[in-house]
Amino acid sequence: MKKHLNFELLLPLFVTVVALVLHKTIPNNKDILYRNYNYFSNLLIILIIIFSVLIIVAKFNTKIKKTYTYKSRLIAGAIFLLCIYNLITLKFNLIPEVYFPYPDKVINVFFRDYKLLLKCLLHSLRLLFTGVISGGIAGIITGVCVGWSKKLNYWLAPLVKFIGPIPATIWIPIALVVFPTSFGASAFIVALSMWFPTSLMTSSGIQNLEKSYFEVAKTLGSPNYYQLLRIAIPGALPSIFTGFFNGITSSFITLITAEMIGVKYGIGWYVNWQREVMSFANVYAGLIVIGVMCSLVLTIMFRVRDKLLTWQKGVINW
Amino acid sequence: MAKGGYKLVGCIEDIKSGSLEAIGVSKIFTSVDGNEVVALSEMNFKINPGEFVSLIGPSGCGKTTLLRLIAGLDKPSSGKILLDGNEIKSTSYERGLVFQNPKLYPWLTIYENIAFGLKARRVFNKDNNEVVYFIDLIGLRGFEKSYPHHISGGMAQRVALARALINHPKVLLLDEPLGALDAFTRINMQDEIIRIWKERKTTMVMVTHDVDEAIYMSDRIFVMTPRPAKVEKIIEVNLDRPRNRDSSDFINLRNEILRIMKF
Repeated sequence: MKKHLNFELLLPLFVTVVALVLHKTIPNNKDILYRNYNYFSNLLIILIIIFSVLIIVAKFNTKIKKTYTYKSRLIAGAIFLLCIYNLITLKFNLIPEVYFPYPDKVINVFFRDYKLLLKCLLHSLRLLFTGVISGGIAGIITGVCVGWSKKLNYWLAPLVKFIGPIPATIWIPIALVVFPTSFGASAFIVALSMWFPTSLMTSSGIQNLEKSYFEVAKTLGSPNYYQLLRIAIPGALPSIFTGFFNGITSSFITLITAEMIGVKYGIGWYVNWQREVMSFANVYAGLIVIGVMCSLVLTIMFRVRDKLLTWQKGVINW
Repeated sequence: MAKGGYKLVGCIEDIKSGSLEAIGVSKIFTSVDGNEVVALSEMNFKINPGEFVSLIGPSGCGKTTLLRLIAGLDKPSSGKILLDGNEIKSTSYERGLVFQNPKLYPWLTIYENIAFGLKARRVFNKDNNEVVYFIDLIGLRGFEKSYPHHISGGMAQRVALARALINHPKVLLLDEPLGALDAFTRINMQDEIIRIWKERKTTMVMVTHDVDEAIYMSDRIFVMTPRPAKVEKIIEVNLDRPRNRDSSDFINLRNEILRIMKF
């Protein structure tokens, strides 16, 4: 058992060393125009240092050891794939270089083009947060109205059902006319794609709550507003978060599409533009930025949910 | 009445109140296919302040319907129910209700669940409140910050009792409060409810399926029959407390009730 654990601890380090050795020893394919980049080898060296430090730290900290041991195969697998990719592009030129640039070339983009990438990222994030927050708030308000009040349900539920399923991107031309700025227009359609899942899940979360929760509250002397604040909304919160996650995922899609269609700047715009000029290393760099951005936003959301829904632990497995 | 230094808030001054009177109460439900189902027909009875009454009978005889009418969750189709002479028109904290399933709010801690009624009525005072007193009363000291899924079914039912009792209801309605518990917990809880009832002098109306439970706990037992759903017979239980389940009087009463229920 102990030996097994040691093996897992060493695995990422081992794979990285192998990748570095292969990168350094195998000659580059002569058809590929290779400038003397050191990015990939430097990256591997940095990783080797990090993994070595982690192995030492793990000797003293059991918590880090446990996490690192658990994740080690995943990390090693990712580096292994990167190594294979490096071999089939730079070393053996097995796939067309134009569409599949070798790792050094992609990393190079981050160093060469970081100013524009950062500008685009900030622009996208600003748009995303404006849209997601306003759409989320509007979604909760609509959802509470539909789920809580019978009168408002009568008017609002059909509206939500009608507008909701229309893909938000279809509104782009109209939004561009209605809103004075293209930022406002794209924020609106991002908000729209966040709004529908949030309002739907909020209202169904409230409607699916057991009736007896409210009956008990009534016999305890609870006025209506108190039932809304202390029963309906907290009870629907797990469902509201499901709506958030669906909403954010479709917001990402809407955001990138909006940027590809009309909005200047933003990561989607960057990727689209670089694709048109056939510089695929930049496209991949942009994709990496999008991936990291989206998963970071989702991770933050998950943290917030875990914090707010501690009461659920043990009730539902996640 | 204050115990352990806690001043009781939201307390009903006149502890002698809590009498219930039903005058010609009927409840008719219309089912989906348009048929009318008589859940209760022409019911008349009186319950005295501080009395412990059990409603017993086969399922479908309208026990729970009656309880919901007293709670104010449903309205009678005809007739009326009076609490201390005033007609019951809607729900009120004066009439607490405990379901078979505790129905604690899973997103609130045990403390917050018990404090719910006080907070909802805006009489909660952080520095001087009875929540701690009630947590002691139900023997759950140390569980204040736990969430409902951390505690057992028996504990949860005790929390549900405390949650209803903290409002000092004139009447406490118990809808098969112990039905979901195992035999051992059940017997303990029966004693616990009796203890709380003696201390608080609340009028209790309990629905139960269990004849022994009804005899063990009640002052009077309303034996109900279905079709037409009405009180067939009212049985006085004149046994000394704590009651002995093996005494001959107890067994005679049990046989009498079972005989009536067979009709």
